[in-house]
Amino acid sequence: MHQTTQRLPDRTLAPLRLAYDAAVSARRRQTILGGVILVLAILVSALVAEVDLARLAANFDRLPVYVGRLFVFDAGDLAGRSVLLDVGEWYWGIVKWLRLLAETLLVAYVGTALGFVGAFGLCFLAARNVGRWPVARFLAKRYLEFCRTVPELVFALVFVIAFGLGPLPGVMAIAIHTTGALGKLFAEVVENADMGPVEGATAGGANWIAAMRFAVVPQVLPNFASYALLRFEVNVRGASVMGFVGAGGIGQDLIEAIRKFYYADVSAILLLIVATVILIDLGTERLRHRLIGLERSR
Amino acid sequence: MSRTPQPASAGSVALRREAADRMDVLRGRHPHVFEAAPARRAAMFAMAAAPVLLMFVGLWWVGFSPERMLRGVGQLGTFVVLMVPPDFGTVAKLQIYLQALAETVAIAFLGTLVAALLAVPIGFVAAKNVVAQRVVHFLARRGLDTVRGVDTLIWALIWINVVGLGPFAGVLAIMSSDMGTFGKLFSEAIEAADRRPGEGVIASGGGRLHQIRFGILPQVLPVMLSQVLYYFESNTRSATIIGIVGAGGIGLHLAEQIRTLEWQHVSFLILIILATVALIDVLSTQLRTRIVGSRVAPV
Repeated sequence: MHQTTQRLPDRTLAPLRLAYDAAVSARRRQTILGGVILVLAILVSALVAEVDLARLAANFDRLPVYVGRLFVFDAGDLAGRSVLLDVGEWYWGIVKWLRLLAETLLVAYVGTALGFVGAFGLCFLAARNVGRWPVARFLAKRYLEFCRTVPELVFALVFVIAFGLGPLPGVMAIAIHTTGALGKLFAEVVENADMGPVEGATAGGANWIAAMRFAVVPQVLPNFASYALLRFEVNVRGASVMGFVGAGGIGQDLIEAIRKFYYADVSAILLLIVATVILIDLGTERLRHRLIGLERSR
Repeated sequence: MSRTPQPASAGSVALRREAADRMDVLRGRHPHVFEAAPARRAAMFAMAAAPVLLMFVGLWWVGFSPERMLRGVGQLGTFVVLMVPPDFGTVAKLQIYLQALAETVAIAFLGTLVAALLAVPIGFVAAKNVVAQRVVHFLARRGLDTVRGVDTLIWALIWINVVGLGPFAGVLAIMSSDMGTFGKLFSEAIEAADRRPGEGVIASGGGRLHQIRFGILPQVLPVMLSQVLYYFESNTRSATIIGIVGAGGIGLHLAEQIRTLEWQHVSFLILIILATVALIDVLSTQLRTRIVGSRVAPV
């Protein structure tokens, strides 16, 4: 019962082959065109951004030198010796720094919490599937976009002038930026929610708010919490530089140490920040995995 | 969870009216549905109360007070009024602003690109299923965490020490902090890849490098590209502020105009930043859709 596949006659094959070659060459042309555009973009950007590889190569040794210098005392009895010789002296300001670090965490937390509240309130209006009022949806979307696009440091700069120096402008800047960032993600989550429960709740006599509360919120809450935790970690990093513009937290001391070349202080504060960020990263990751597991098991 | 979104149908709305009319009857017939379980309620309440309480403690700590808010919001209102209409002053100023904007985009583009290129090998080394050595995995992951834990602005300050003030330091700063992010994201994508194609490559006589090239890379490349495009947009936003510490871009002018209370210039700068970011958002989404065929943002 062996049957050989019959080769098509050349006459029928020729147009097929031509079409194949054309398709391949079109694809190749497209790839080459993309490559050329990419290279051009790189060259133009390099020109605009004043990329100077020669300067980088010539000065690259400054990076390890700078990093090495961070771990050497620059004043006092131990000047020029490694900071590890006297950790107590290295972390001379530990009490103050820990207080500022706590303030940084608090700024990040309160900012995230307020942003969560704002995003929660707006995402239902902005979501395509449950947003009933087109005007409200348009306004909510544009507002979220604005909040998200203007960097928090710019908000902080303006708020510092309006509210005075201190952590309050930092909190508000983070809250507004978080509203925008979370609001977009939340709206996407809501758009992916199952609409069956909403119809059920509506048919059972629920008005819009009750339908959201009992049909949508239970579906989306684990995802919301997971995104909020992720955002909290981002905001801790953001809050650590809020002090650069006078909006509270440990950034104030850090920028002062950097500008005044207190090398040992810079490394001490940086290590504190990095350790905190890593700890929070690990903690929130664990929590998020549990939340996602919760959602999967539903 | 993947049903196409659609508004509650007209039928369920009609049912709703009917149900609302008979609410009393329903309440009488099924009383247990309308009563909440008190123990569960209390537990939920306690769980929700802790974070809320912490929020209020935090608000008190940062010096929140109604009158301070009121005063601040009043000030903000004044600023907003002063911002209209947006204005850039002279044509020479406009030229400076536009050049700074171009610088910002260039910084974001180059920083993202170089970071992605550098992060590919790092991602492979940090992935458990490629380099099975525990120590290497641990060191790579913690190293990436450290790089990522330092904010872009701090990286900018460090790079200024090496290459001097200017946009080049900005490129290097974006590159540094993104390398950590990409390294982590890439290694996670690689770990999530299906291992069977790789096993197939080995079974048909391929080596370790063949396995990576033909078994893993085709699976993860679209994911990586999509993440890179997504970050290009977010980096444009980061690049708008690194000018505050002198690492090039529009941030320098923005900070300067805010500090000198030139609100019309501020609103103009914010508007052109918004327009640019929106443009890049559209571009990168389109590219992503064409390359990956999905509009879903990577998480």
